[in-house]
Amino acid sequence: MHPSPDLGIWIGGLLTLGIFSFLYGDNPYYKFCEALFVGVSAGHWFVTLFWTVFVAKMIRNVGIGLNTFITEGFSAGFADYMHWSYIFGGILGFLMLLRLFPKIGWISRWSLAFVVGTTAGYYFINYLVSNGVMQIQKTILPFTSVGNIILVVGTFCGLIYFFFSKEHKGAFGGLARIGIWFLMITFGASFGYTVMSRMSLLIGRMDYLLGNWLGLIG
Amino acid sequence: MRKLKIFFFFLFLTLTFLFALNDVFAQEESEAPAPPSQVEAFDTPNDNGHSITVSWRLSADDGMGKNNVVAYEILRFDSPEGEFEVRGMAPAGAGIFEDQGAKDKKSSNFLPSHKNFYYKVRAKSDGIYSDSEVSPPAQAYGQWFHTGKSVVLVAVIIFSAFAMVFINLARKGKELFIRPLAGIEAVDEAIGRATEMGKPILYIIGLGSADMIATIASFTILSRVAKKTAEYQSDILIPCYDSVVMAVAQETVKAAYQEAGRPDMYKEENIFFLTSMQFAYVAGVNGIMLRERPATNFYLGKFYAESLILAETGSLAGSIQISGTDEIAQIPFFVAATDYTLIGEELYAASAYLGKEPVLLGTLKGQDWGKALVIISLILGALAASFHFQFFLNLFRVQL
Repeated sequence: MHPSPDLGIWIGGLLTLGIFSFLYGDNPYYKFCEALFVGVSAGHWFVTLFWTVFVAKMIRNVGIGLNTFITEGFSAGFADYMHWSYIFGGILGFLMLLRLFPKIGWISRWSLAFVVGTTAGYYFINYLVSNGVMQIQKTILPFTSVGNIILVVGTFCGLIYFFFSKEHKGAFGGLARIGIWFLMITFGASFGYTVMSRMSLLIGRMDYLLGNWLGLIG
Repeated sequence: MRKLKIFFFFLFLTLTFLFALNDVFAQEESEAPAPPSQVEAFDTPNDNGHSITVSWRLSADDGMGKNNVVAYEILRFDSPEGEFEVRGMAPAGAGIFEDQGAKDKKSSNFLPSHKNFYYKVRAKSDGIYSDSEVSPPAQAYGQWFHTGKSVVLVAVIIFSAFAMVFINLARKGKELFIRPLAGIEAVDEAIGRATEMGKPILYIIGLGSADMIATIASFTILSRVAKKTAEYQSDILIPCYDSVVMAVAQETVKAAYQEAGRPDMYKEENIFFLTSMQFAYVAGVNGIMLRERPATNFYLGKFYAESLILAETGSLAGSIQISGTDEIAQIPFFVAATDYTLIGEELYAASAYLGKEPVLLGTLKGQDWGKALVIISLILGALAASFHFQFFLNLFRVQL
């Protein structure tokens, strides 16, 4: 046994055990690790966003743009840095901060409406292409092999299951039931595949505890 | 002895001949390949500009003749004469190359639109090459319409038309039938249970951002759930992963409480930001589940690897659990660990079913008719493919 002399690895090992202690039930050790994990990650998220988005995208570009304006006036350099998208994004962000003032907090809804509305519209096209048109294109297969027949029948019955305007009764219900069977078989395969990938995560953690930390293996 | 001399003489002659022959072949090998011809440059179609496509006729020594072309080098300059710059390579046998430049003016690879560029193509052999003639000038420019996506436009028009017709019908008061969904039928019962037990309801919107379809559907369901909790005077806890989602959730719940006539019961502190790191969020929510012991857990929205951990903990805490996501890889975990699961599109349907708003109901009906059209296309398409009827298949080709 050759435990690591690295303090960071000791902290990592002890915190990992703290999170694992959840398997026993809620306890002060877990509560401490949870609070530390949540607090550190939230702080890290804030600092990362501040420096990579707010400072790097807005403050830097707008600052250089203003500086260019002072030295050169309305030049190409000014237009490059003082791009309308930075100003517009900055205004939307500022409006969000108005939530801190209850009397005018409603103005923040404009930012929310803009973000939700524009991106939902954008996704509409993407979904239609990937889940609609491409799906049809990839499923139009000749009935020349068992694989093709299963694929076409599976998609057909799956679509019947997701048809909400009619009760699942009679022949229609039968097709929907075949559809749900296809879905469940797919989910089963996906479940097994994902469980295996989780096992590799567990092995990685065990390797850290028993190898990197305690030096019992490898 | 004489025979030996004659033998060595002929041996000498033969060797000299062979070496000479080798030199001739070696010289032939090091000869430059024939240059490519008919070099043409034109704007790359269906893009936003900043790209020029170059085509050429292969060198006569590419795959035939001396067969010594190993690659083509594509060179560009903004004048027909001058020092051309290498823009890329194409393998032997290729007769086309896309010179994709950057849109950003600050990039070193910036390729301005509406500016003349000249190209030539270099056929390369081992260390030697031959250049084609310089192409006529070409300009990059953007197109307003992507012809390769015409089928998408048609699909948008058809789906939108269906949705508008049904929204109109719903607004006129026509009863639009939507089949009941087990998960949604259980919502009222689950909220009632929480009220009876005097315990809160935990509503998890998932890890998606506010612009994702699943998250938007979740907001609609949240509105209905929050209205019920206001009526039943139960508490609802919503730990959020995203700050914008938190803001929208607060607005949604506040509006629902006002609609239920109980704005006094709205507690903003119950809808809070936890963290934006996946497993830290899971650790936090698990802690809430074990400490608050909510009677009902809703997991509706976008979920990833955390789905099973959350659902298992909720199950250990003894809560009734209703889940729904459009993230296909996570549905199996919800099916295995929660009481009711809304599979994929059922999540969107649930929001329309609960909301009962004409816009949502009409859209759902429009989607159903769209699906009917897809089913018909699928059957006709499969039959067309079986009988090698290519025209029908080409209708659905999308150029991305």
